[in-house]
Amino acid sequence: MPVITEHLQVPRVQPDAMAETKPFVAKAEFQEALGFPGKLVDNWQSVALDKMSELLGKYRALPVFLDACVKCGACTDKCHYYLGTGDPKNMPVARQDLMRNVYRRYFTVAGRYFPKLVGAQDLTESVLEDWYRYYHQCSECRRCSVYCPFGIDTAEITMAGREILASVGLGQKYANEIIGKVHKIGNNLGLPEPALADTLTGLEEEVEEDIGVKVRFPLDEAGADVLLVTPSADFFAEPHVDGLIGYAKVFHQAGIRWTLSSYASEAANFGIFIGNYDQMQKVAERIRQAALDLGVRRIVIGECGHAWRVAYSYWNTLIGPFDFLDTDYPAPQHVCEMTYDLIQRGALTLDPSANDNKIVTFHDSCNVSRGSRMGSIPGGQFTLPREIIQAVCNHFVDMAPETTHEQTFCCGGGGGLLTDDLLELRVKGALPRVTALKQVVDNHGVTHMAAICAICKSQFSKVLPIYGFDMDMIVSVHQLVGDALVFDSAH
Amino acid sequence: MSFDVNGRSYETDEEGYLANLSEWSSDVAGHMAELDDCDLTDNHWEVINFLREYYEEYQIAPAVRVLTKAIGKRLGKEKGNSKYLYELFPYGPAKQACKYAGLPKPTGCV
Repeated sequence: MPVITEHLQVPRVQPDAMAETKPFVAKAEFQEALGFPGKLVDNWQSVALDKMSELLGKYRALPVFLDACVKCGACTDKCHYYLGTGDPKNMPVARQDLMRNVYRRYFTVAGRYFPKLVGAQDLTESVLEDWYRYYHQCSECRRCSVYCPFGIDTAEITMAGREILASVGLGQKYANEIIGKVHKIGNNLGLPEPALADTLTGLEEEVEEDIGVKVRFPLDEAGADVLLVTPSADFFAEPHVDGLIGYAKVFHQAGIRWTLSSYASEAANFGIFIGNYDQMQKVAERIRQAALDLGVRRIVIGECGHAWRVAYSYWNTLIGPFDFLDTDYPAPQHVCEMTYDLIQRGALTLDPSANDNKIVTFHDSCNVSRGSRMGSIPGGQFTLPREIIQAVCNHFVDMAPETTHEQTFCCGGGGGLLTDDLLELRVKGALPRVTALKQVVDNHGVTHMAAICAICKSQFSKVLPIYGFDMDMIVSVHQLVGDALVFDSAH
Repeated sequence: MSFDVNGRSYETDEEGYLANLSEWSSDVAGHMAELDDCDLTDNHWEVINFLREYYEEYQIAPAVRVLTKAIGKRLGKEKGNSKYLYELFPYGPAKQACKYAGLPKPTGCV
């Protein structure tokens, strides 16, 4: 159990500190449902090298990242998992080298003929085991790439590693089981339409009891203007559901006709986590189909970090073009962009004193911060959520600058690692973030941390109590918005 | 993985969730709770029974607000919140209570 110190310490190197940590391997039925072999294939070495060769040709960044590293060491103390565990293989350069050394051995002339001179390494069983361990101790957060003078993106190497592992039969249970549920039922939870409808009806009753206004949570309503696609955790878990209630209140007060879809009841796209383009496309395709079937004019994405990255950075290639949507709005649009615009236009009546019982800080989620943008100005993904919070809360404090904006630390559970079999890693990986949080708690009396990512919210609900914080400290940005919205007879 | 109750063997997944939902019995629930040093009181059983009823109808565990509302109705309004559910099931009502009820573990970003 790591201890929070006043300032973040770079730990001493502890070789193999996390060598026993690895997630459960996906069972045959979940592997095969995604077109991967059910178990480790006999000729795994040649299958792995063929897959690696395919990826090196398909993703042109990958060979560049594998060739470019000069071992300058700038990344070594930038990874939250290294900072939390001290395991040297969690230094981004060392994690990359697990693949780089194999790449050299089989795909470079020097490595083929003089492997020892260039640190080339045969793809042995123990190397494969290291890949499985350490490519599942990277949350693909890309913080290290911010500091790399060559811009090497460790996440791309991790994704390639996981893709190769799945293709030889070593997929990860958590991610692959979930992707299968999306194909079958439409969301990560496996929440079928009747349960979703029942849940939404319950929320309508709850909100009406609470504020005396009939705020609707429409499902599958053809002809709505907006299709809201949000992580299914928003239907299921706390504090996520209060964010969903916040979106509904915003739609209600702004008079926007919106709907959820039971076919595309998931914003998350774990295809990106396992580095598999086809799975990513298949998951995304449901959303395009739902938008066409429902005849909506806009698609709005709820608070989900990697969903926004996939939507913002990949959708146009995966499932575009979006020429059937209203060109007056960004396609897709983040719910924070929508709410921010409404606030700017004076379309929302807000009373920030409703949140006067809180001093709020904001946790930048990695995929939003380093993989996307919001609004029309550079850095909008940092300023928009903060301006929303400051419009609905009187007391806002930022955490230390080296831990926010593009330098933000991962919550410790991103990239497909939000699973109980990796809890020790998740707790240790949260250390840099909770260290920065404790500073603003101690110095500024911060009571709440707002986030715009379902994974971050679940991760913090789990790990904050372990570090001695209150579980309820983590809130949705749109919970703060929803609580500050004033409804009177005019609404 | 597996465990024995009353001389019968029950298969589970890696995390101790019952592999075959139809094999569940109250003795199985009691045994799983015992493994976690958890004594099942009447209030625990209200939650477990509701989870099973809901699952029977919807093939999924109830969302947290569906659960807290139902428990509030059954045990009194002051108990219809997740704080109380966490008192009953400290590992998290969604996961720990589902396990004792023989339901699969909720997956996703939860």
